[in-house]
Amino acid sequence: MSKRTVELDLATPGLDARGQPVRVPLGVGDAPDATPPEPDLTGEHMLINLGPQHPATHGVLRLVVELDGETVVRVIPHLGYLHSGFEKLGEYRHYNQIIPLTDRTDYLSPMANNVGFALAAEKLMGIEITPRCTVLRVMACEMSRIISHMVWLGTTSIDLGAFTPFLWAFQERERIYNLQEMWTGARLTTSVTRVGGMMADIPDDFVAGLREFTQTFPRTLSEIDRVLTRNGVWVGRTQGVGALTAAEAINHSLSGPMLRASGVPYDVRRDQPYLDYETYDFDVVVGEHGDVYDRYLVRLEECSQSNRILQQALVRLPDGPVNVADPRVILPPKSRAMNDMEAMIYHFKQVMEGVKAPVGEAYVGIENPKGELGNYLVSDGSAKPVRWRIRPPSFINLSALSKMAEGHLLSDLIAINASVDIVMGEVDR
Amino acid sequence: MNPTVDALRATFGNAIGRGLESCGDTIVYVAREALLDAMTWLRDTPEQGYDYLVDVTAVEYRDRERLLEVVYQLRSLARRADLRIKVELDPHGDLTVDSVVPLWRGADWLERETYDMFGVTFRGHPDLRRILMWETYAEGYPLRKDFPLRGRFSRAEQVRQALGANPEAHYSMEELSIAEAYDELPADMKERLRHGERGKLPDTE
Amino acid sequence: MKRVNETKEVAGQSPNYLLAKFQALVDWAVNASRANSLWPMPFGTACCAIEFMATAASRYDFARFGMERQAFSPRQADVLICAGRLPFKLAPVIRRIYDQMPQPKWVISMGACASTGGIFDNYAMVQGIDTIVPVDVYVPGCPPRPEGLLYGVLLLHKKIKGESLFDRVPRREEQPLDDRGLRLPPEQIDEISEPFGNSVHQFRSS
Repeated sequence: MSKRTVELDLATPGLDARGQPVRVPLGVGDAPDATPPEPDLTGEHMLINLGPQHPATHGVLRLVVELDGETVVRVIPHLGYLHSGFEKLGEYRHYNQIIPLTDRTDYLSPMANNVGFALAAEKLMGIEITPRCTVLRVMACEMSRIISHMVWLGTTSIDLGAFTPFLWAFQERERIYNLQEMWTGARLTTSVTRVGGMMADIPDDFVAGLREFTQTFPRTLSEIDRVLTRNGVWVGRTQGVGALTAAEAINHSLSGPMLRASGVPYDVRRDQPYLDYETYDFDVVVGEHGDVYDRYLVRLEECSQSNRILQQALVRLPDGPVNVADPRVILPPKSRAMNDMEAMIYHFKQVMEGVKAPVGEAYVGIENPKGELGNYLVSDGSAKPVRWRIRPPSFINLSALSKMAEGHLLSDLIAINASVDIVMGEVDR
Repeated sequence: MNPTVDALRATFGNAIGRGLESCGDTIVYVAREALLDAMTWLRDTPEQGYDYLVDVTAVEYRDRERLLEVVYQLRSLARRADLRIKVELDPHGDLTVDSVVPLWRGADWLERETYDMFGVTFRGHPDLRRILMWETYAEGYPLRKDFPLRGRFSRAEQVRQALGANPEAHYSMEELSIAEAYDELPADMKERLRHGERGKLPDTE
Repeated sequence: MKRVNETKEVAGQSPNYLLAKFQALVDWAVNASRANSLWPMPFGTACCAIEFMATAASRYDFARFGMERQAFSPRQADVLICAGRLPFKLAPVIRRIYDQMPQPKWVISMGACASTGGIFDNYAMVQGIDTIVPVDVYVPGCPPRPEGLLYGVLLLHKKIKGESLFDRVPRREEQPLDDRGLRLPPEQIDEISEPFGNSVHQFRSS
């Protein structure tokens, strides 16, 4: 085989006289006589686009990042990629028809959303729920808190490189899913509440299943704790990253674990109690530095506290009816609706016209796993609300992202984004 | 009724409209001109101390006679007190109100969303653009009552406009200035970006 | 009238016995390889994405069906699983990701929202991703159980095993959007986006 030397005639030279790579700007082919500008390789910032399809943005979030080398100078989040028109849709639905919509906003903790909306609708209509319903709703909220924090833990571990806690956390979620399915028939889109009560009473095996869960769940938590909390890689990637002071957190209207990790001891369950939370014995978990590590510790400890509340709720669950005895609000049992004329008329009016709320408005904020979830309902006397506003904790927590991430590295941005615990269904609604 | 209402009336007089209570929540109407002063007073006065902004939104009623209200939900963390402030605006007229972003940074995105969904302009907002819909969304303001549920255009037209989006045009001018990338773009792409993805110039030109 | 050799035209199979057997063998090998190692591109948006993650976790584990490596880059993916609702703002993104996938590629539309728009019949939601990308398997449910998604994957396996390398099917060639900027004619998009059943009563606001 003979050797051949091939002369290549490049259209543009790769290197200039000083050996620096030549940057050829777009469009230079249009004006070939123009000299390209001198490349300035120092002090040039890069524009990087993360998302909206990206494994580490926790949903369809788009982050436009200005980078100086590896350091984030500015990050501009773009939302709206999951905007589904919930609030508009709510104006065309009866109050009980909105409950399935609430499942799909924060789909990681559906039962808590259901409870939040039902509380707002009941405040608007002036309905007082039964004691049994109150305890069942507390159980629903705390189960939702555990599954939401388990998703957070699993996905944050994956983002920071630890794959195994994801599998452990999701296995715990499966056990709660079994309980949710036992109660409501659905794993994820539970729609467990109705205005004035619940969709159904708990089945017979539910209490035993939940008790078994509360007894074995602390073991998984301690395993995760052992793997992560004093792990050099974990601590190195999360301590001192994305810190916010208490005053900044309050000014940015943060809520939930984001606010408490910065040292503000505000928990809606303790400070504006609902569902008799003041009678339960639990600690409000408050952090100190407001960085990603503190948020991790706050959420991990909140899972133990939720477990504690569940155990207390199981003990104090009273007997009695689950729904209020008002036939204008709660559908009568099927056997009565088929046989009794009055019950049939109540059934007809509720299904065809919906339950009418009096003129007025109500706001109820509950402690969602992500923060303070508020439902603001305005009524003009008809069966469909004039305005249904969801006060979205993830949306407001996310607005502090650019403040938290400035000056950190790109990999820290991933950790900070994970620590905000967003669910795009709620951010975009 | 929250005692703040009387204190507000004592300080601001006629600028404070009616105060009422609904389902246990206190609501007070404030005139548009006095809003920023009243909010500053509410936040900074030690006895009031409403340091936490819970929510900013707007409500438009089905009754055509009623005015559009911009609703602010405030909270004093220390006193555990809530207050709802409302500003009434004419839905057919000028929907402008002062921005409270200088007081609470959390209002930033909340006001952008209210602008996006209702068309309420917030004077003094650092960056008032659409947040949930795309920036050159041509169908209007979705949560207004005259906006139909399924949108104004036909489904095929909505799909066509959605697919016609030039993904590069999703960068705002501010972002393109970061990498000095705007200057390097070819002329026809610059023109497309000026027009936005939907072929309509943004109103703030 | 010109006599058309139907066997050759309709299906790419050769009329020669040995060649047909050879083609069948090649098809079997290729389709088995493709079906048993479908690398999914999880285009997860909403609640269905959580059920997708649950299917990937240890209880339902679709790694045993060959989908071990979730390809987050479309260049390395075989099947695009659209898990969740698709608003109009996200439509160009999924179209671009679909275009970036190399052939052969398949699409699973997971959930009611991806298949038809689901409960979101409003201004913001695409009424089914089949108005934007061609879909092979629709998995109904809101969200579908992991077993449902696995059944959909198995149906896709069956579909793949019925394909043939020697057929000239349009799906194995790239089909960019037409000059109107649409995948289907506008009348068809309007028709399949119309509400049906109970939904036609759901537009009264009071």
